Amino acid sequence: MSSPANDAAPLVIRARGLTKRFGNLPAVAGVDLDVRRGEVFGFLGPNGSGKSTTIRMLCGLLLPTSGEIDVLGLQIPRDAEALKRRIGYMTQQFSLYQDLTVAENLAFLAAVHDVPRAAAKRRIAATLERYGLADRRNQLAGTLSGGQKQRLALAGTVLHEPDLLFLDEPTSAVDPQSRREFWDSLFELADRGTTLLVSTHYMDEAERCMRLAILDRGRIVADGTPQALMRDLPGQTLLVESTELRRAQQLLAAAPGVVALAQIGASLRVLATGGGDIAADFTARLRAAGIDAAVRRTAPNLEDVFVVATRRPEASAA
Amino acid sequence: MSFRRLGSIVLKELRQLRRDRLTFAMIVGIPTMQLVLFGYAINLDVRHLDAAVLDQAGTARSRELIAELAATEVLDLRHVAATDQEIGRLLREGRISAALVVPPDFEQRLERRNRPVLQIVVDGSEQVIQAAARQLAAFPVEGSAGWTRRTQPIEVVNFYNPERAAPINTVPGLVGVILTMTMVLFTAVALVRERERGNLEMLIATPVSPWELTTGKVLPFAAIGVVQVSVVLALGTWIFDVPIRGSLLDLYAASVVFIVASLSLGIFLSTLARSQFQAMQMSFFTFLPQILLSGFMFPYAGMPLAAQWLAEIFPLTHFLRLVRGIMLRGATLPELWPSLAALAAFIVVLLTIAVARVRKRLD
Repeated sequence: MSSPANDAAPLVIRARGLTKRFGNLPAVAGVDLDVRRGEVFGFLGPNGSGKSTTIRMLCGLLLPTSGEIDVLGLQIPRDAEALKRRIGYMTQQFSLYQDLTVAENLAFLAAVHDVPRAAAKRRIAATLERYGLADRRNQLAGTLSGGQKQRLALAGTVLHEPDLLFLDEPTSAVDPQSRREFWDSLFELADRGTTLLVSTHYMDEAERCMRLAILDRGRIVADGTPQALMRDLPGQTLLVESTELRRAQQLLAAAPGVVALAQIGASLRVLATGGGDIAADFTARLRAAGIDAAVRRTAPNLEDVFVVATRRPEASAA
Repeated sequence: MSFRRLGSIVLKELRQLRRDRLTFAMIVGIPTMQLVLFGYAINLDVRHLDAAVLDQAGTARSRELIAELAATEVLDLRHVAATDQEIGRLLREGRISAALVVPPDFEQRLERRNRPVLQIVVDGSEQVIQAAARQLAAFPVEGSAGWTRRTQPIEVVNFYNPERAAPINTVPGLVGVILTMTMVLFTAVALVRERERGNLEMLIATPVSPWELTTGKVLPFAAIGVVQVSVVLALGTWIFDVPIRGSLLDLYAASVVFIVASLSLGIFLSTLARSQFQAMQMSFFTFLPQILLSGFMFPYAGMPLAAQWLAEIFPLTHFLRLVRGIMLRGATLPELWPSLAALAAFIVVLLTIAVARVRKRLD
């Protein structure tokens, strides 16, 4: 389940059989989760896969329908109020006050988190500096850019120096440059001993996580380190290059063992299960149909893992 | 409860309020506007009402009295009627608002001083006109010294609205109406706005308690309510000469209790509503029955028993008793304790329900 290197660190989050139903609709169905101290743990999944619902249950904001949650040694939902002093939660939508300035927002958050006045002043100055908001301190939060808002939200989440941070799709509204910088800040926090649970639907971000759980329709369909997930992907990833990609795609879609097909630039990326020399088999099939194509194996990436995991949930059993 | 957290919420509310120009303008704008609007209705100095005259006596003295009344310019005597029926018709059609009727035995009545010598028939469906007529009725008739309190020289006959509301009641009542309107509305949107803008999810993930959140949102508006009371009282006494016969301290104390009651109602609605629009609808839903049944519009004593019972629930009903008692009758708070107790009970019940409904969860 987890990489051997991290097994020594104590568990920060432990959930068993976590389930949440809204009416008859199961949003989260039997999630087991182990997150260790100092990890940057990723939740990867499409919209509606239960990422937000799971995070909200772990924070104590939603009551689970069933299942056990232990976060920082506290029973959730029973000890939810005690937990709220020790965690930071960055919501998916920007949830600070748009009509307060950057500095006012941070002062407010420091006060509601009971950060002593002197410490609050010092930490606000330091976080403004660290997240590049020092010259924006008197600007209304609503007038900040997407990247600045996100940095402000992160700053507000860490003011009380929480042991554990929940970040729900923190980068959904920012440009790639800001996203990279943002992830650098996350690792900085992890270096200082904070545990982070981040949900995302970006592959590059998921790949940066130390460990990852792929969610689909309320279930964890794969988990492990990104490297292990890619290495252990059942089947093969193939690249097909041809002048007749459309026809090749139609033909291969019907071939046995093909899980997914996607055109990437001028080539076709094919995920196929089964043993043997699939590349040779594909080449033969295409040639039989009069299509001249070059087929070669390539290393699987995280997107392949994601596609396999979310298209065929039984594959995760492998 | 942490006072630091409570204070930070109050401070945050005040900062947001300062930047919310519309709400900020409403704080002083609503009382001023309402007072001027309602003030027009209680303005006794009405001029140039369309009127008719029916002089059944036709003597020199009757013509003289009519000319003197016309000189006040309150009535424009546009029509000269020949019969009572004609007066009735003109009133019904809305072509005149008042009529002067001099009876045939005008001279005898003037001698004997036992019956009014002149009738002012008014369209009682309009408050302004009633007030004007009463003013005219005080007009001194020549040699009026011998008239007694029971038999006035000029008699006002009130058509359509025999139950005339005392205009002096309007301003004290207006204090309550304005507070009901602004206090409930301001707080009804308070929590919903946090939810709508997504702030609530952030807020409930912090150690803020429901009591801190609720009282922190209510307190700044209580201060605003006191400002509004002052605006209405100042304008009321300055423009309309409304008396404050009781103690100013009692008046403010009663107002503060009523403000908190209205805020409790508002914050309670805020926990029910799913959107700011819904919150406003709900506010108006509570606003209308309060205005209609509290005794502000219609006399409480004149309402059917069921309506009276219903009115007992409304904070405005109790506040009207308090404010009229203090301002007009010079009563003291201890004398009015039942109303005060009713308001206190209202606050305790509503605020407790509201706090219980502010759950720090999303489901």
